[in-house]
Amino acid sequence: MSQSTYNPFDMEVHPPRLYPAYKSTVLRAPTQPLVLLKQSLAELSGPVFGDYNLGEFDHDLTKNSIKNGEPLGERIVVHGTVFNENGQPIPHTLIEIWQANSCGRYVHKVDQHDAPLDPNFLGAGHCMTDANGNYKFYTIKPGAYPWGNHYNAWRPNHIHFSLFGVNITNRLVTQMYFPGDPLLEHDPIFLAVPPKGRDLLISKFDLGATEPDFALGYRFDFVLRGHSATPFEKL
Amino acid sequence: MLKQTPSQTVGPYFAYGLTPEQYLYDYKSLAQNDLVTSDEEHIVILGRVFDGEENVIPDAMLEIWDNQNNLFGRFGTGTEKDKSFVFKTKKPLSMEGNAPFLSVILFMRGQLIHSYTRIYFSDEVKNATDEVLSRIDNARRETLIAQKKENYYLFDIYMQGDKETVFFDI
Ligand SMILES: [Fe+2]
Repeated sequence: MSQSTYNPFDMEVHPPRLYPAYKSTVLRAPTQPLVLLKQSLAELSGPVFGDYNLGEFDHDLTKNSIKNGEPLGERIVVHGTVFNENGQPIPHTLIEIWQANSCGRYVHKVDQHDAPLDPNFLGAGHCMTDANGNYKFYTIKPGAYPWGNHYNAWRPNHIHFSLFGVNITNRLVTQMYFPGDPLLEHDPIFLAVPPKGRDLLISKFDLGATEPDFALGYRFDFVLRGHSATPFEKL
Repeated sequence: MLKQTPSQTVGPYFAYGLTPEQYLYDYKSLAQNDLVTSDEEHIVILGRVFDGEENVIPDAMLEIWDNQNNLFGRFGTGTEKDKSFVFKTKKPLSMEGNAPFLSVILFMRGQLIHSYTRIYFSDEVKNATDEVLSRIDNARRETLIAQKKENYYLFDIYMQGDKETVFFDI
């Protein structure tokens, strides 16, 4: 009998816990070594979200909070596939996103950036991957915004993503960036990712997904931790 | 093998996306902190999250997972007066003779990758023989054990310092 165990986080691509250039890590990153835990049924399971939770426009941020008109900014399609490391697509898994509006302003009450809110744009959405692990969102391209990390610090354009995968070892919260953004090379949050991992966070312009007279397409695939099911695995 | 997608911080602005109803945004929450129906037997767990200078962290988000009762909860530390988190849930059951626990996934600005910990309960005799707890130094084991109070369990989380919570590599 074999029980799958899920591969660890690949620290060749994940950021370290402490990255002093991103100042908030200094007092918030755990300092003790993590305690290795043998994966039990608790780790090899996770919440399952049904489609019944979803409203018609939950995946369409250009429509899901319209009050008196269309949101301002450049409409985009963001789509892709969620895989595990073994290359198997992950169907019916929840993806949640949140982002700034086209001016770089978040709806969040603590965002004090002096840029306009858009009454017709909330900036939050979610969807489930389909039977083949594919997802698609419609949204507005988020603007860059300043933050307090250091003098003249600006976050590159990005969309925040939250994924569940098949169990809690798969949990992933990340940010998707856009190709050619000149702010990437100045952003400590992006640069905390080791060089091998950085390209994996940059979406690709996708002419095939671009909808004529409507929206530019970007492709962004996810890879969650995979498993080895070999019964007598060599250490 | 494909390369894993790297983690990035949840940042300070997750509330309207991940916990909108808790923070009074006009959007539907997919997960909450009250996981029981009103007449069900339940426990309350509350606590706060502290940084390396013992400041209370007001922009963390916790998720709890109880596989046996199939319960998932989520709560941000920005809405209670004292910036605590609160969960109302069922007491988890013991698995394979070990002490009952809840799995915790912790996110916050300043964490580039989330942290995993567990909540055990001070009134469980099985803590003494639990496979995971017994492998942890005495000095740090207590950080995983929620203390039973009159009508709730207290579980504070310390990111750093003498009282640093045990975090797991799962
Ligand atoms: Fe952001």
